[in-house]
Amino acid sequence: MAWFRKEKKPLESPTAEKRAQTEGLWIKCESCKRILWKKDLEQNLLCCPKCNFHFKMTSEARLAMLFDDGKYTEHDAGMSSPDPLKFVDRKSYRDRLTAAQIVTGAKDAVRVGEGKIDGKSLIACAMEFRFIGGSMGAVVGEKITRAIDRCIEKELPLVVVSCSGGARMMEGIISLMQLSKISAALARFDEVRKPYISVMTNPTTGGTTASFAMLGDLNIAEPGALIGFAGPRVIEQTIRQKLPEGFQTAEFLLQHGMLDAIVPRVDLKTYLSKTLDFMGAWNASKPRK
Amino acid sequence: MPKPSEQKTIVQELEKQIAELKLQEGSVAQEEITRLQEQVDLLQRSATAEDKDAWTRVLLARHPQRPYTLDYIQMLFTEFTELHGDRRFGDDGAIVGGFARFNGHPVMVVGHQKGRDTKQKLHRNFGMPNPEGYRKAFRLMQLAAKFNLPIITLVDTPGAYPGIGAEERGQAEAIAFNLKEIPKLRVPIVPIIHGEGGSGGALAISVGDRVLMLENAVYSVIAPESCSSILWRDWEHKEDAARILKLTAEDLLGFKIIDEIVPEPPEGAHADPQATAAAMRTALERCLAELEAISCDERLRRRNERLRALGTLVHES
Repeated sequence: MAWFRKEKKPLESPTAEKRAQTEGLWIKCESCKRILWKKDLEQNLLCCPKCNFHFKMTSEARLAMLFDDGKYTEHDAGMSSPDPLKFVDRKSYRDRLTAAQIVTGAKDAVRVGEGKIDGKSLIACAMEFRFIGGSMGAVVGEKITRAIDRCIEKELPLVVVSCSGGARMMEGIISLMQLSKISAALARFDEVRKPYISVMTNPTTGGTTASFAMLGDLNIAEPGALIGFAGPRVIEQTIRQKLPEGFQTAEFLLQHGMLDAIVPRVDLKTYLSKTLDFMGAWNASKPRK
Repeated sequence: MPKPSEQKTIVQELEKQIAELKLQEGSVAQEEITRLQEQVDLLQRSATAEDKDAWTRVLLARHPQRPYTLDYIQMLFTEFTELHGDRRFGDDGAIVGGFARFNGHPVMVVGHQKGRDTKQKLHRNFGMPNPEGYRKAFRLMQLAAKFNLPIITLVDTPGAYPGIGAEERGQAEAIAFNLKEIPKLRVPIVPIIHGEGGSGGALAISVGDRVLMLENAVYSVIAPESCSSILWRDWEHKEDAARILKLTAEDLLGFKIIDEIVPEPPEGAHADPQATAAAMRTALERCLAELEAISCDERLRRRNERLRALGTLVHES
């Protein structure tokens, strides 16, 4: 017989239910490293209340913050990629798609909504970074092109909020063609003389920057956003030297004449509304031809 | 049967041996040359059959002896008159362009240019344009549109240059601007991808009414080496990457991204540049004749239709 015996039941390991009470309540700021209460952060449009670092937003939250009362009609939500190249590397593209669809609850990396900003009708597209880095394949290309086609047909302004690493490698040359398709659609959109505002958020690089993101009547960006053509690592490898501090940030682009303004998230909706007014977005009378 | 990439090395080795033997005299050497030549022919036939794999094509597209844009300009046109500068920042050696005559008719020709020797390579920046290159290209295209000259572009670049200056001067904006503004030009535009079609850097001057591509040219969103290093974290899988990226002329024709494949000699364009240029001339003559035959409005309508349909491979539910 043992000398010592456990008289009490061992301590219960915390169940999932119990853990949920503490998990996710706090979040560390990527910039100032302060621990923030998540609710505070959410109330502040996902901007750090201490250092104003702009966290990435989901496409859902972005459209909700832009449209009046968070209400909008979503277009082409069911569109998905048929994996045109049958792309398989260490993992199949199909599996990557399925995983991203589960995480985001979306079919691909952009959400298109039609709704109102301060009573003015428009179409807004928001890219979803959690979906394979917000990369642009045929679905993103086609959804944005259709949004432009709708804007042409209904004479509506367009807002695109970019958050994307660029063209989607797993759709190869098909994804490169989206740059051309979207840009050509924007050329047609010029004819109806309705505003297109491009909002660049962290990060906006590669094929996204080299097409619609740089083609707005107004190009604006959120503070601190990384914006560029080539990624910083690619440039460092090419030129074999360290990049200067602040290179490819929104502030750097503003200084080099690539942006109209840097607009903090908290002011974004007001800024859009005001500039849309200047460009006659909702005017019943047609601009002079 | 060895793999195509291995065959290529064998052929190169044999050709070296033949060259060495030719310097010697005597019937033995002659016999040996004939024997080796037969082997080379045999190997090249199998290497140039339909099973030529994607990576072989990448190597052919980058072959150091492959004709470059100025070589084709020399062979296809007369009176080439080069025009320089973007009127904003500088003159980019990686993009060349100017007036020329094609079968006596005035045209505008614009293309990427690579260098042969080290000095030229540096001057041409290895065929990788900076923003001023794309702005020069568009300036020349606009000039062409003003004076009603058809535009022919010759595409051959590893990609747009990723450098500090390029970013400062708006590489992305320069490319994006071309993609949006070129479709509005009211003259026929025929891009020919004849070497490397390196992503956005190639696309920025590849928008047109009819896109031609040489048989062994490649056109891709990313270089196979970079694709391999992202997906496998090393360069060892570049051949796999080349295959899965679907970057050959046949693949692109299948996706309706290009309209026509221009045939090359069995060993590749470098083996017989004149024959390659002749095939290019035939295709170009036909394309330009067809495009000139329709009205400007109709041409623009078809161009927009073509651009609207690009890569629309989606599923709807």
